[in-house]
Amino acid sequence: MSERVAVRKTYKLFIGGKFPRSESGRSYLVEQTNVALASRKDARDAVVAARAAVKGWSGATAYNRGQILYRVAEMLEGRRDQFTALGVPADEVDAAIDRWVWYAGWSDKLAQVYGGANPVAGPYFNLSAPEPTGVVAVVAPADSALLGLVSVVAPAIVSGNTVVVLAAEERPLAAITLAEVLATSDLPGGVVNLLTGRAAEVAPWLASHADVNALDLTGVTDADLAKSLEEAAAGTLKRVLRPPAGPVDWTADPGTGRMTALLETKTVWHPKGS
Amino acid sequence: MFEYAPAPESRSVVEIRSSYGLFINGEFVDPGDGGTFKSINPASEEVLAEIAEAGPADVDRAVRAARTAYEQVWGPMPGRDRAKYLYRIARIIQERSRELAVLESLDNGKPIKESRDVDLPLVAAHFFYYAGWADKLPYAGFGQRPTSGHSGADPRPLGMAAQVIPWNFPLLMLAWKIAPALAAGNTVVLKPAETTPLTALLFAEICQQADLPPGVVNIVTGAGETGRALVEHDGVDKVAFTGSTEVGRAIARAVAGTRKKLTLELGGKAANIVFDDAPVDQAVEGIVNGIFFNQGHVCCAGSRLLIQESVYEPVLASLKRRMAQLRVGDPLDKNTDIGAINSAAQLDRIRELSEVGAAEGAERWSPECTLPERGFWFAPTIFTGVTQAHRIAREEIFGPVLSVLTFRTPAEAVEKANNTPYGLSAGIWTEKGSRILWMADRLRAGVVWANTFNKFDPTSPFGGYKESGYGREGGRHGLEAYLNV
Repeated sequence: MSERVAVRKTYKLFIGGKFPRSESGRSYLVEQTNVALASRKDARDAVVAARAAVKGWSGATAYNRGQILYRVAEMLEGRRDQFTALGVPADEVDAAIDRWVWYAGWSDKLAQVYGGANPVAGPYFNLSAPEPTGVVAVVAPADSALLGLVSVVAPAIVSGNTVVVLAAEERPLAAITLAEVLATSDLPGGVVNLLTGRAAEVAPWLASHADVNALDLTGVTDADLAKSLEEAAAGTLKRVLRPPAGPVDWTADPGTGRMTALLETKTVWHPKGS
Repeated sequence: MFEYAPAPESRSVVEIRSSYGLFINGEFVDPGDGGTFKSINPASEEVLAEIAEAGPADVDRAVRAARTAYEQVWGPMPGRDRAKYLYRIARIIQERSRELAVLESLDNGKPIKESRDVDLPLVAAHFFYYAGWADKLPYAGFGQRPTSGHSGADPRPLGMAAQVIPWNFPLLMLAWKIAPALAAGNTVVLKPAETTPLTALLFAEICQQADLPPGVVNIVTGAGETGRALVEHDGVDKVAFTGSTEVGRAIARAVAGTRKKLTLELGGKAANIVFDDAPVDQAVEGIVNGIFFNQGHVCCAGSRLLIQESVYEPVLASLKRRMAQLRVGDPLDKNTDIGAINSAAQLDRIRELSEVGAAEGAERWSPECTLPERGFWFAPTIFTGVTQAHRIAREEIFGPVLSVLTFRTPAEAVEKANNTPYGLSAGIWTEKGSRILWMADRLRAGVVWANTFNKFDPTSPFGGYKESGYGREGGRHGLEAYLNV
């Protein structure tokens, strides 16, 4: 009896809840696997999908977003073997699952912790509340294929932003597998869009795209590229998270800075009177 | 219109020196390599004083003074002592408020009733508010935030802040910049606008009077080149800018690739939305306040009026009646509603865009009003028949010019209001509470005024979405811009 021939997986992009190949028809080889090589057009399609998802996702209740992020943790828990098979250490998979749980709980607490009543000197109701900034383009960290990716995507979407994330160029397989988790977690299509390919090729189109509100450069290791991306982002005054000054310990308590950097504060005034 | 006898505020309360140096390390010094420029009264074109223009060497000197003061004095100083200096400054501002108000109106052209009743009380309140934060920073909600793997550290100041401010609220913008920076433990070099440096220089004297340690506050005067030298200086840890979106973009590019923290408060094109159930008289007061306050030189001005179609006629008629009552003239006259345009250059800009508005087909209207012969003046103006594609509906005019559009449904109002690259402020006028909250949720703007407009308070965060900039000024949120969090 001959050994069963395995059915291999095609690693594709994740855009608008679907898994298309790159429209460019290109791929690059990672660990004997062909991975889609995203183009400018793919990046633009991803931004369109992310923008289309903003209204529904930011308009969903915080409770609903929290449950969906928790659902991602549930799905990831059930697929841990897929990640360890790709070489992701088991403790990193654990940490990634726990990170989804941690961020899930923030969805309905952000507004209380980062907003509140302002005691203005006059007869006015005055309230500040955080809101998502919109579409966030992210270059995922290169040094942590799964935990690093989760650590940049979850804080962006928990508040209602949608993202276009460029996976680490040399470690895209865990990222695409994570996209398959997201696709089965009740996360609306377009909330997370994942591209694989070269940061130097794709990131400039995201940095200069007028429909992108914020740019997270955490995964950009080339200082000159980071500078040019930040300069391009200035064209429409995107919020920019610069690359970290040194190596990041992705297992450490992440704090709230990644969430707050992608929030706007809206302040509403109304007179009081009888 | 009623005739009023002139009621000018006395100028004798303020003494303007014939020339001013740069305020560096606690004293006024002559510029090393720069020249001088003149600050004029925009209501009369009279020269008020000759001002030193800081060159790169002067800016460098100021940055070094601020750095030394940060490392040796202000940084190590306990928060409770920093607080006392800020309280002291707040008190001196209150004590000398009329002097500052008159000087502000002379140099800027804004009506004395605004500088006296709006600007100065807010300036003092801002210092008083942030004074109280100086010894409470661990309680500001940033204390337990781990950064770079370190957890539990108290928030730290950034170091030395470069601050560049505009001419529309010269002293108030100074307060918005300096008060939180100092409370958080930073030292500053501030550049006031070239057309309105005088109250900043008087503030320098107040720092001396308060015995503020030398170098904690430095004021360098000059134009765009001075500002550029300041924000591009390697010794700067933080850049804060309020001004045009165009300059904001240039600054964002200039700090790219550095570790300088940046906050920007830029332009706006706010929608002021009037629903058919709004009380017309109150709404009209809000419209007038929204666009004619401070000659419309307000980044958050309600410069796009959106009127629900069914009440377009009565609201417009009432607005025109009200506009005919506005008194344009001498800024020092206590009855003046609209003062002088700040500069010849700004007047040109307002004229140019108004001409474009007419050329593009919008209908222009101003009440009859006699403008003074000398100085820079522009009659309050509205354009009707404006579409979203018109330049006067898209570009910030920064003058007393209102573009009027209409809408039918709340959804259409939201869509039109948000149809702008800006996102600083918005106004809603309706008696229906649920509609206010529904609209407020959907308007992409940092400040939403419902049944009011152009209200400010030191406890209330202010700042924009989208191309109106990033970061907030005021409130607990305003501290974040000056802390290493």
